[in-house]
Amino acid sequence: MDFPEELKYTEEHEWVLLEGDLVSIGISDFAQDQLGDVVFVELPEAGDRVEIGKPFGVVESVKAVSDIYAPLAGEVVEVNADLPDAPESINTSPYEDGWMIRIKPDDPAVLDGLMNAAAYQAFIEEE
Amino acid sequence: MSAIASKGLILDEKLIFERSTAGRCGYDLPAIDVPLVEPDESLLRDEIDGFPELSEVDVVRHYTRLSTWNYGVDSGFYPLGSCTMKYNPKVNEQLARLPGFAHLHPAVPDHLSQGALQLMYDLQQSLCEISGFPALTLQPSAGAHGEFAGMLMIHAWHQAQGNKRHKVLIPDTAHGTNPATAALCGYDVVPIASDGVLSLEAVAAAMDDDVAALMVTNPNTLGLFESNIREICDLVHSRGGLVYCDGANLNALLGICRPGDLGIDVMHFNLHKTFATPHGGGGPGAGPVGVSAALEPFLPVPVIIKEGQNYRLATDRPQSIGHLRTFASQFGILVRAYAYILSMGPKGLKRATELAVLNANYIRARLEGSYHLPYKQRSLHEVIFSDAELPNDCHTLDVAKRLLDYGFHPPTIYFPLVVQGALMIEPTETESKQELDEFCDALVAIAEEAKDSPHLLHDAPVNARTRRLDETLAARKPRLRWERREA
Repeated sequence: MDFPEELKYTEEHEWVLLEGDLVSIGISDFAQDQLGDVVFVELPEAGDRVEIGKPFGVVESVKAVSDIYAPLAGEVVEVNADLPDAPESINTSPYEDGWMIRIKPDDPAVLDGLMNAAAYQAFIEEE
Repeated sequence: MSAIASKGLILDEKLIFERSTAGRCGYDLPAIDVPLVEPDESLLRDEIDGFPELSEVDVVRHYTRLSTWNYGVDSGFYPLGSCTMKYNPKVNEQLARLPGFAHLHPAVPDHLSQGALQLMYDLQQSLCEISGFPALTLQPSAGAHGEFAGMLMIHAWHQAQGNKRHKVLIPDTAHGTNPATAALCGYDVVPIASDGVLSLEAVAAAMDDDVAALMVTNPNTLGLFESNIREICDLVHSRGGLVYCDGANLNALLGICRPGDLGIDVMHFNLHKTFATPHGGGGPGAGPVGVSAALEPFLPVPVIIKEGQNYRLATDRPQSIGHLRTFASQFGILVRAYAYILSMGPKGLKRATELAVLNANYIRARLEGSYHLPYKQRSLHEVIFSDAELPNDCHTLDVAKRLLDYGFHPPTIYFPLVVQGALMIEPTETESKQELDEFCDALVAIAEEAKDSPHLLHDAPVNARTRRLDETLAARKPRLRWERREA
């Protein structure tokens, strides 16, 4: 399983990437592996607000339906429009083609409280 | 191996469109003896391409063959956890077919349908006695409809108190429909983590003055009795909230414990689970809702009232949440449930509960050595295993598919969500020890196969009419309508 060093991770198994003043969000390799084949994705629209700890989208796999939680608050500026028609990208490319939304965070400093790759790997081994 | 397993005469069948022969006809009308009228063009439907043309016997055989693919509780053991797939005694069907019940038009006035109203009233009183609630509505047509009715009453009660509350607490061991119901009624759902059984502390931590209700399932989806329920109800009440109980698992409590006595304010029944009326595709459901005295004014209309020796449907109820459906209820289902209650009697209902719990615990004891048991607490009417200890990349889905080869319908899988790779088995009181043993033998054998010949699991089913279907492709690229195959 792959956990890129440049990303931060949450206990809900989302990854986040700070690029300039925007933050991209998706789910981790571990999360996609646990979910199994993803068949449906529901995402917010550009302009929507997301709040820390609140669900902003839904991922449905052959096994289960799961909420995706926002690791930080902000406004959605871009949504991966290819994802609804190709939900398998979440399985095949969780960190690139499988990205979900880009937000403009209210407070980018929140990112400092998230786990780095090593801490996340330790976290999932414990789980 | 099930005694009934067979690979014999499995009839294949095409779609009815593909059985069509041009010019074939299934009816023979007499010669026309009135003047012919050409209808207006605007009334004519465009020709439907490929509309099937068949004879009567073609149609009968088509649907009869399809019916042989069906599997129901009359075909064999149906161990779906959370669903209470008990046998539906045929005497209930006979009684529901009595002409006075079966042919009664729902618009017949009260004074001409006293017998039917009495049956509904008496069923209502029986369910009140069984559950410990002082008032009840028979209207809702299914469990989720009952939940909806219950949450609307909770909302109406708060509104009448002048409360504006936005949250509903739901433990992770509640039924999946509970959060959906709360959300549909406009509430914010606050999940509560439990360790099998909900603790008073967990509820206390989440409880505040913005919580309208707690929704619990008791026994919960792990088959465990919520042993702190009385204290939890007291706590929620002390903060001005109400407690909703999903009664889907009532088959573990009949005659033993009454939810109304535990402090619960609202509970729905599933007559198609606990009271042996047809379930799933076998018929419409019914989800009566019992309520505490405080909620009685909010019951949906019509309410059945007994005055002297007469019965009537009352609609003059200013605080009612209103009508939930056309007419008063799913009447034919109520006849079956009432017949079941009368034929079982109080002792029989209690005995059925005891046997349902015994059967589930027998399965637990027989399979504990072969499958991982994630919750060790004493379980009631259903038991949940997981695939955590299966070797060689064998998973719950493989076990379920392999069970088909052994001639058994699989249990519920991958639910509840709090157990990863869950196998959820609810035998009900219907099954004999012999049937349970055959089922457990199959599951034990499958666990052995997982060790020695995992390909048998990965390739399963091999005996079924179709091999394993590609569920992922079906979900990602569904084909939702028939299209003629090019010749």
